[in-house]
Amino acid sequence: MAVSVMGKLRDARLFYSHRRYAEPVAGSPALEIENLYVNRPNQNVLALEDISVRVPVGTRLALVGPNGAGKSTLLKTIAGLLPIRSGRLLVYGLPVGACHHRVAYLPQRGDIDWRFPINLRRLVMTGRYVHLGWLRQPSAHDWQIVDRVIERLGLSALADRQIGQLSGGQQQRALLARALAQEADLILLDEPTSAVDAETQAVISNLIAELSREGKTLVVATHNLERLESDFDGVLYLREGRQVSQLSNAALQPIQ
Amino acid sequence: MTFLSDLVEPFIRFQFMRNSLMAVVLVGTLCATIGVYVVLRRMAFIGDALAHTVLPGIVFAYFNNINLFLGAVVAGLLTAFGIGWLSRRETLREDTAIGIMFTFMFALGILLMSTARSFRDFTHILFGNVLGVTPSDLLLISIVAVIVLGTLILFHKEFELTSFDPTHAEVIGLRADRLRYVLLILLALTVVTAIQAVGVVLTSAMLITPAATASLLTNRLPRMMLIAVSVAIGAGIIGLYASYYYNVASGAAIVLACTLLFGLAWLGRSLARVLGSLLSK
Repeated sequence: MAVSVMGKLRDARLFYSHRRYAEPVAGSPALEIENLYVNRPNQNVLALEDISVRVPVGTRLALVGPNGAGKSTLLKTIAGLLPIRSGRLLVYGLPVGACHHRVAYLPQRGDIDWRFPINLRRLVMTGRYVHLGWLRQPSAHDWQIVDRVIERLGLSALADRQIGQLSGGQQQRALLARALAQEADLILLDEPTSAVDAETQAVISNLIAELSREGKTLVVATHNLERLESDFDGVLYLREGRQVSQLSNAALQPIQ
Repeated sequence: MTFLSDLVEPFIRFQFMRNSLMAVVLVGTLCATIGVYVVLRRMAFIGDALAHTVLPGIVFAYFNNINLFLGAVVAGLLTAFGIGWLSRRETLREDTAIGIMFTFMFALGILLMSTARSFRDFTHILFGNVLGVTPSDLLLISIVAVIVLGTLILFHKEFELTSFDPTHAEVIGLRADRLRYVLLILLALTVVTAIQAVGVVLTSAMLITPAATASLLTNRLPRMMLIAVSVAIGAGIIGLYASYYYNVASGAAIVLACTLLFGLAWLGRSLARVLGSLLSK
């Protein structure tokens, strides 16, 4: 009796937001967006107008378009960072933010204070925080996961480096490692290959293919138009916040 | 031998010196630990502002025979909430809002002070007098230390994450703005204790200089906090001796000692760099 109470106490978790730790609705697509309208942050000006797309589990969608087209805005909205003005956005059949432990978001590098005194290993560990919640410290299991993804991205030798002492490509890989450490099923990547070295580009391209084989769903904003057809199952073209066209393989069906 | 006995003697002979030593250790630990966040999150201006805005609270408490510490805590908390509230709305830039709030409160404090018969009663508030710390002050400082350090330890990973990557924090449902509020409240409490030691005018030095010194010497967060705490306590003790033997203002002596240690760290780092580049050639 006492043992089971102790066990329960040990396993009890205080998630940062219980609303964000629901189980997905069975059979629903990874992402379902219908007539989505989103404002620019703190302005009453539309950043996205009438976006509709459906991303089945295990597929790869590329977001393409000129700067300012709304690619980042769409990713941020899916990640729950921007409020929806109108329309529907379901992640695994649930409203935005309901199962965020399953959604990993890789921001553009500029969003992070790289001078902060923290090393790469700890940065990657922050990917586990969504599962830890308040007051819990990372377990040996969490560190194992972290070390494994660091190795997978070829960063083991740099694990103890302060994050500001990494090159741009290494920082990008560190962020990707964090997204993997989260063990999310839907992975949102904002320009993962922009302004990085060739080695990092290759690592990231291979990783996207591998993740897809593992059954993960990916939504990637990209400037790299050369390998769209080989690397992705579908492409959503955006211009000035509107969806210009949607090119897709059989796996991705536009909602009509 | 005499030097050693000079070092130990004041603390053996006088209770007030033992109290001051306790105060310096507690205040140094508090200021340096939270100061690391103040420096890393670029909140130096808010820290300075908080120290100044508690003045009217202290003067009000003085006139009404309430514990000065309590008056300061209330004014500090009100300011922390005020700043948090003002910076939520984006009609004014945050630093502008703080600038207006803090000069208003400080002016109010000075105006209240000028209605008193004697300005002298307030010099220890403005410039601090660690030698005058009473046992009840010490008790309050200890309570604040437990609250502030306890919160910082319990929520270390959350404070750390929201400091360098608030976006990721928001994505996983951790409200960065609420943690900032908590940090502001802890900062307000810390500032109030620091006023005991170095006064309103010099408190921001206790927050910033030890942490800045530590940031020159390491790029690991826990180690940075440890070094900052050592610097603050060391400077506090140097200040105490200076105040005891040369009869100078304790607050100013502590801050000057802090700055001296910062200068040494700067020099040491520059030398290490020069040596390093010479050796690698």
